Amino acid sequence: MNMLASHRGRIWFDLLAAQMTVKEGAVPSLLIGEGELSGRTCSLLLVQPDANNRYPRARHGEVGLLEGWALAEAVSHIVSQEATVEPVHKSSIIAIVDVPSQAYGRREEALGIHQALAGAVSAYVQARQAGHPVISLLVGKAMSGAFLAHGYQANSILALNDSGVMVHAMGKAAAARITMRSEDALDELAKTVPPMAYDLKSFATLGIIDHFIDVSSAIAPSLEDIELVQRQLVQAVKNLGGDTQITKRLQGENREASRLVRERLRAQWKGAASK
Amino acid sequence: MSNGNDPRLAISFVEQSARKRVEHILDAGSMREMVTPFDRVTSPWLEMQGIVPQFDDGVVTARGSINGKSVVAIAVDGSFQGGSLGEVAGAKIAGTLELAVEANQAGESIAAVLILETGGVRLQEANLGLAAIAEIQSAIVALRQFQPVVALITGPVGCFGGMSITAGLCSYLLMTREGRLGLNGPQVIEQEAGVSEYDSQDRSFIWGLTGGEQRDATGLIDDFIDLDVIKVRQKVQEYLSKGVPEAFRSEAIQSSLDRLKKVDTRSQITAEMARAILSKEASL
Amino acid sequence: MNTFHFTRPARNVPIDRALVGYVGSGDLEVMIDNSDQPQAEIYIHSSAEQGEQRWLSIIERLEVAHPLPAMRMDIHDFSATPGVIRLRLEQALEQALAKELSYE
Repeated sequence: MNMLASHRGRIWFDLLAAQMTVKEGAVPSLLIGEGELSGRTCSLLLVQPDANNRYPRARHGEVGLLEGWALAEAVSHIVSQEATVEPVHKSSIIAIVDVPSQAYGRREEALGIHQALAGAVSAYVQARQAGHPVISLLVGKAMSGAFLAHGYQANSILALNDSGVMVHAMGKAAAARITMRSEDALDELAKTVPPMAYDLKSFATLGIIDHFIDVSSAIAPSLEDIELVQRQLVQAVKNLGGDTQITKRLQGENREASRLVRERLRAQWKGAASK
Repeated sequence: MSNGNDPRLAISFVEQSARKRVEHILDAGSMREMVTPFDRVTSPWLEMQGIVPQFDDGVVTARGSINGKSVVAIAVDGSFQGGSLGEVAGAKIAGTLELAVEANQAGESIAAVLILETGGVRLQEANLGLAAIAEIQSAIVALRQFQPVVALITGPVGCFGGMSITAGLCSYLLMTREGRLGLNGPQVIEQEAGVSEYDSQDRSFIWGLTGGEQRDATGLIDDFIDLDVIKVRQKVQEYLSKGVPEAFRSEAIQSSLDRLKKVDTRSQITAEMARAILSKEASL
Repeated sequence: MNTFHFTRPARNVPIDRALVGYVGSGDLEVMIDNSDQPQAEIYIHSSAEQGEQRWLSIIERLEVAHPLPAMRMDIHDFSATPGVIRLRLEQALEQALAKELSYE
């Protein structure tokens, strides 16, 4: 299936990293910006399309074998560099998310893409648990395994309020094929079943996105848009107040069952201790 | 329950239900299931879509002991909705692991055993399944610092999607020969990339790339497990007793990058090539 | 998915909770739990097309051989055949009435 690579991620990266030092990660498809955001050191991470990617199934911005491990390297490098830094002074890590999917291919499966993505997940969780504020900024697609590897482990997720921003477990076309429904039928179903929906408003009820940022354009941002996003990123770091968990997501309106299960488990935990 | 070495008396682990698998892994009489089917916490989303629910939503979670060591043991039931994780099933796993983390932080020692038979996210609960998997992954990375998290992947479903990433985070990963481990299911890859890339009908090709034997030869798991219940228990005990590993598989960053950056991708890969690239003996 | 509810006359005997089967193709899950009602309350979720009359006749045939205890019974049916349904219902009742049967 041919697809056009998205440039949204690169647009926002370039604007937010304008005053930063920009370098490639372990591979050209990972860009890293190092600088400051409102006086606090910070790194921006972007997975971007690379038409010359060694792995042909990962040329449109997908998170593939190299991207997973490269993210792991970049994030764990920051963590080890600042191992002795007090949590309040640890740098922020900002994932700019515009990932269409994980890479689907034979080499990917054969060489353990799941393990590459686990490398990235592991590094992000360790960064968060070490006290680094980890923030995700969704500017385009945030799909499935790719999002798990790049962005989902943030302790705060922000999203541009734009129809091109999409979070889902599977692209709509593929989901339609696998559930043997039409795309229209999926949209109809999504109206009553919020976790199935592709729109941001439904997604907000799941408690995963902390804040939507109203920009005038997601693909040609104005100066005001950029400043607004920068302010929101600074505010998101402030709002964390040292929180290293992702448990606040459970407060989402449509996460009643997630809370109920945890309440029951907690109530039964002691009684289930082995005698 | 001693079968000795008489193979005629061996009980096959994979023929057991998820609940029995947990019971067999744990010391006799030590299983204490939490949020049992009698709690009636079923998926709120399946019924809205006209799909018959199951009282445990396809996950069994329990406390118990293995050789006297305190553990949580969790099994995903591959026979319900393909072992897919929705909101409730996912919360049972994440919530149990979170409580185990808390207990370890408070000075108790509680390890974890995960018996994975799962296709990953349940599409009917898409985003909540994905959210739960992120929460499970976070809890495993926290828990594995204290105590081993041992995962078992069996057949027939294997372990796919977001849960394959979860498997890659565990301290130790065991698999049966019949099990499969991969990020993307064969049909999805075929649909996305074409039949020449991945033929979802070719069983020997698929097992050749993602089956237990290949995953062992490529160092992506720690060990094989036999199907016999007694042997499964022995292997789990063996790995629990190893304690926290010096390095986790998900931290093999540099060696993985070095290997993957050298791969010649002009021709399509074979199982043999994957072994040559990834096996421990392969030169860097 | 179809849902049905039946209230049937029952014997007042002590029961244990019981759970058998699973919700997979051609099978069903049957759960028996205590109830404060003097009848057998039967709740059915079924993916099969067949309606109320089919379930009623399955239950009536079951009652001939196994007078029902007062209970709440839940059936989650994934298009099982009548033979499999009968088997699962008998297994569940056997578990629920294990104490009674052991005295006989």
